[in-house]
Amino acid sequence: MSNEVAILGVGMHPWGKWGRSFVEYGVKAAKDALLDASIEWKDVQFVAGGDTIRNGYPGYVAGATFAQALGWQGAQVASSYGACASGSQAIATARAQILAGLCDVALVVGADTTPKGFFAPTGGGDRSKDPDWLRFRLVGATNPVYFGLWARRRMELFGATEEDFAKVKVKNSHHGAQNPNARYPKTFSMEEVLASPMVSDPLRLLQICATSDGGAALVLTSMEYARKHATDFVTIPAVSNVTPKYPNTLIEMPNFSTDSGAGVQMPDVPFRPSIAKHAYEQAGVGPEDMDLAEVYDLSSALELDWYEIIGLCKEGEAEKLIRDGDTSIGGRIPVNTSGGLGAFGEAIPAQAIAQVCELAWQLRGQAQGRQVEAAQLGITANYGLFGHGSSVIVKR
Amino acid sequence: MTKTRVPAIEGWFTMDPDAPHLLGTRCTRCSNVFFPKEESYCRNPECGGTEFEETKLSRRGRVWSFTNNCYAPPEPFMAKEPFEPYAIAAVELEAEKMIVIGQVTAGTEVGDLEAGMEMELVLDILYEDDENEYIVWKWQPAA
Ligand SMILES: [Zn+2]
Repeated sequence: MSNEVAILGVGMHPWGKWGRSFVEYGVKAAKDALLDASIEWKDVQFVAGGDTIRNGYPGYVAGATFAQALGWQGAQVASSYGACASGSQAIATARAQILAGLCDVALVVGADTTPKGFFAPTGGGDRSKDPDWLRFRLVGATNPVYFGLWARRRMELFGATEEDFAKVKVKNSHHGAQNPNARYPKTFSMEEVLASPMVSDPLRLLQICATSDGGAALVLTSMEYARKHATDFVTIPAVSNVTPKYPNTLIEMPNFSTDSGAGVQMPDVPFRPSIAKHAYEQAGVGPEDMDLAEVYDLSSALELDWYEIIGLCKEGEAEKLIRDGDTSIGGRIPVNTSGGLGAFGEAIPAQAIAQVCELAWQLRGQAQGRQVEAAQLGITANYGLFGHGSSVIVKR
Repeated sequence: MTKTRVPAIEGWFTMDPDAPHLLGTRCTRCSNVFFPKEESYCRNPECGGTEFEETKLSRRGRVWSFTNNCYAPPEPFMAKEPFEPYAIAAVELEAEKMIVIGQVTAGTEVGDLEAGMEMELVLDILYEDDENEYIVWKWQPAA
């Protein structure tokens, strides 16, 4: 049985700091995706929403909120929360419905409106049983602290330099400058990046992803429906939402510690590489088949980790890829042609969906100004806090 | 008047000023160690154990990586005014092969640290009020 579903429509609300309700962004993205698919909202049978969370409570539950804003029409609904993986979980939910034959046409929507500054625990009071509260209280372990630990590890282990990290930001800013949906149209120079204030050594302000407002949506259909209603479309042959295998020995947000690696056999593949591996296996392809990738550059340095995690190179070789320009548009394997989080800033429940939008535009040859020539296959990768893997393969 | 030293969080470490230990639990069935304490169900999927004994973790380990906070973290962190940047280390405990993060004591900066360096656990003040000093674990280069 084929695992494929078709992407008939993609849509986005530009990323920015618009200060309006996330519902508006999601609806705009959804309407664009429906228009792109030439499908009427009333014909959507299933709505999958990526949840936005504020103050420890969703406030709105995404799926039904978008359905209401588009006008109640009785569709089935689901809402997903998996932190940064919320969007791909919504995609996985819609895909499963389609593959199970429960519906033909599904709409996936994620949108967010975000506060300024550092992510901090939501809600008040003393939450001494909550690891996400305790990491701030006891250690001051902000998200950039974890990014800084991973970045420094690359410097210590592989001889990465601050310049390597800055190169990622410079590259992504050039990519993003060609993307009308990106938040930052500005291109940055090495000097500008390296002159920005240090936040969590070795990472500077311009190397750490901001939080943004934005929305992204997809119209997914069964292959049969797509063949009947469209002539040219791309497909999703794989969605991976794996969890780690015990013991997980990488220090991760929001944890104080890893599992103990003493006395138990280590998993055959560590968590992060297992995310892409599972996607490749589902699609029956490998990293050598990829024409481009969208990965989560929460920090510029983290993008280098991803090159290795998704198999674009061996461990310790990512610096060579960025130095040689392999991951720029025009290079061997362009990464973050959208501009990535560096040019977008993260709109959490929308971001994993936005990654898929970029691959769809690229594979359809519609990424004007940033087009990867003759791209046929691409992969997205990220993961959400607490162990939510997220990877989607898009195929022409 | 001397302030009372109280742990900033109960049961996570011993208050022995000279040789403090983090306190975890050990599954009595599979011997896996957990920190912070796991006390209900063993998280080793091969095990299924439900009984745990408190265990002191290694006081020493080696730096896995490190960074710092150049700006004050948001609440509930209790930042001093004016804020003084401090280093944070992720240290792999010797026996447990477990990485534990913690603040690094004042006087040791990012430039003084490197991967593989031996560190030891110490107690230090996290914040204070009129009556109490609230104590937390920190990492310090091993003597
Ligand atoms: Zn056990």
